[in-house]
Amino acid sequence: MIEIRNLTKSYGSFEALKSVNLSIAKGTVFGFVGPNGAGKSTTMSILATLVLPTSGSASVGGFEVTEQPHEVRKRIGYMPDFFGVYDQFKTTEYLHFYGASYGIPRHEREKLIPQLLELVNLNDKKDAYVDSLSRGMKQRLCLARCLVHDPDVLILDEPASGLDPRARIEMREILKELKLMGKTIIISSHILPELAEMVDEIGVIEHGVMVAQGKVADIQDSLRVKRVLHIRVLERSEELAEQLRDEAYVSQVMSDSYGIHAHFSGGDAEQSGLLGRIMESGYQVVSFNEAQTNLEDVFLEITKGGTSGDELA
Amino acid sequence: MNWRRKWINPVLDKEFVLRMRTPRAAYSVLIYVLVMGLLGMGIIYVMTASGMGSRGRLDPTTSRLMFYALSLAQLVLIAFMTPALTAGVISGEREKQTLNMLLTTQQSSATIILSKLAASLSFMTLVILATLPVYSIVFLYGGVSPKQLIFVFLFYLFIMLLLGALGVFFSTIFKKTMVSVIMTYGVGLVIFLATGIAYIFAMGIVQTQMYSSGGPSSYSSYSWIGYILGLNPAGALISILEPSFSDSVFQVNGGNADAPIELWQQFLIVYSVVIVIALWLAIRYIRPVRRNRVKSSPIMDPIE
Repeated sequence: MIEIRNLTKSYGSFEALKSVNLSIAKGTVFGFVGPNGAGKSTTMSILATLVLPTSGSASVGGFEVTEQPHEVRKRIGYMPDFFGVYDQFKTTEYLHFYGASYGIPRHEREKLIPQLLELVNLNDKKDAYVDSLSRGMKQRLCLARCLVHDPDVLILDEPASGLDPRARIEMREILKELKLMGKTIIISSHILPELAEMVDEIGVIEHGVMVAQGKVADIQDSLRVKRVLHIRVLERSEELAEQLRDEAYVSQVMSDSYGIHAHFSGGDAEQSGLLGRIMESGYQVVSFNEAQTNLEDVFLEITKGGTSGDELA
Repeated sequence: MNWRRKWINPVLDKEFVLRMRTPRAAYSVLIYVLVMGLLGMGIIYVMTASGMGSRGRLDPTTSRLMFYALSLAQLVLIAFMTPALTAGVISGEREKQTLNMLLTTQQSSATIILSKLAASLSFMTLVILATLPVYSIVFLYGGVSPKQLIFVFLFYLFIMLLLGALGVFFSTIFKKTMVSVIMTYGVGLVIFLATGIAYIFAMGIVQTQMYSSGGPSSYSSYSWIGYILGLNPAGALISILEPSFSDSVFQVNGGNADAPIELWQQFLIVYSVVIVIALWLAIRYIRPVRRNRVKSSPIMDPIE
């Protein structure tokens, strides 16, 4: 559905994108991750026909963004990271305007707009002025605007930025619903955990270079992201920690009142062997868990050394 | 409803609704008409107090002068108001962060630019029409034909279109509304003032040359400097009010030939080209444009 080949974008001497390649199949939810200024918004703007690439090509639904932007616009719903609204419009008027701008006849819009407001939980605000809506409501209204012409592809640049936790959860629920509707969604975020449970694939971009792309699990495997083992024993915890430091595949052993945390680079068989040896040594094991590695760990692993922590926040 | 669907596109509709929904629209009309009314009253006071007309009363001759004065005053007011209304139509959307979403819709660049210009000019037309009652004072005393009034109003429309096209153009190529407004006023100043001053200087030079070479020439000829005044809106407006004005402007070197072209005709021709170029550039550059089809071509982005 989305094909990007050798995409480059320069602003003067600054290269925002350096030969980016990306392929997203129909119906995929693609999480676009990377620190600020990595090139996520630039890539999305190019797909939205708002910025021209310096070289390379990008296509949506088989239409090149530079050659047939009109066709591309029909197929995409674009939500920028920062956007304004026409404050003097009422919610329904706002959607009517965008619906009309996409050439949808009024009688169709009359039926469509209540459905969209229902989808984004703004039914009770249909006569409210856009100005009076909270930030979360405006974000949801903007999402409804993206959907007004029933596009195949949604390009959502930081749709949850600046939202409080409740609004973020509401936004996530709506996105899950859109995923069920079969939309191809490309979504960027710096807040990685919120993407984790809904994306099919991720792409990690840093300094304009796509450093990894694929299914989260595949990337974890290919990068051999270390598992973090959490071990709790009834007594002799410090002694076990010392013993673990001599074990193969184990690194960074930390021990505190909650138990022992150890990075483990082996596979399932090695992990099982380790548990066996601990038991054989006579430790009374209360728990032996593998802490779930999330997108954030993957991201940190991939961009290790190149990203400061505050950029991830 | 059919005509509405045909002529009112979504962008135009949105502009009409949003512009008229703010109290600012009503205040603008009120203040404009108030200023025009006060000017009208002031002109009557000056004319009657200075003993013009028949024994301190208005007669057709003085009411005609009043019409001229009002028309020129209105021209100046239009010059002030049009850039304020049009020089932020695109950059304002960019600053409010609504432009990108508008540009990803199916509306063409031409529709967006022309609709925004048309909406601004419609409002200006409403303001100008609202001043008609002030003109009715003139008609009370006679001396002016309705045809003249219509011509003057059509001329105003053209001036608004000119300043509006320049405003929309600058608003498209400059990111900041403030820069766009300053540029539009700057170019407006050149059109309204610089051309007039240039004419006065040129006239001085031509007349000095004429007297130093032994007085007015006896053969029929016209001077090129008339063309300079043909670029000035006030010159063009006066040539509409007084048809003989064009001849006198071109005859500064003593010739007695007819003017090669009426000032207002030259004004319309020259500035029509400017309007078309300004709008064409605005339509071209509102969306990113590839300057050439070479792979590594630079892109036209709005100027900071």
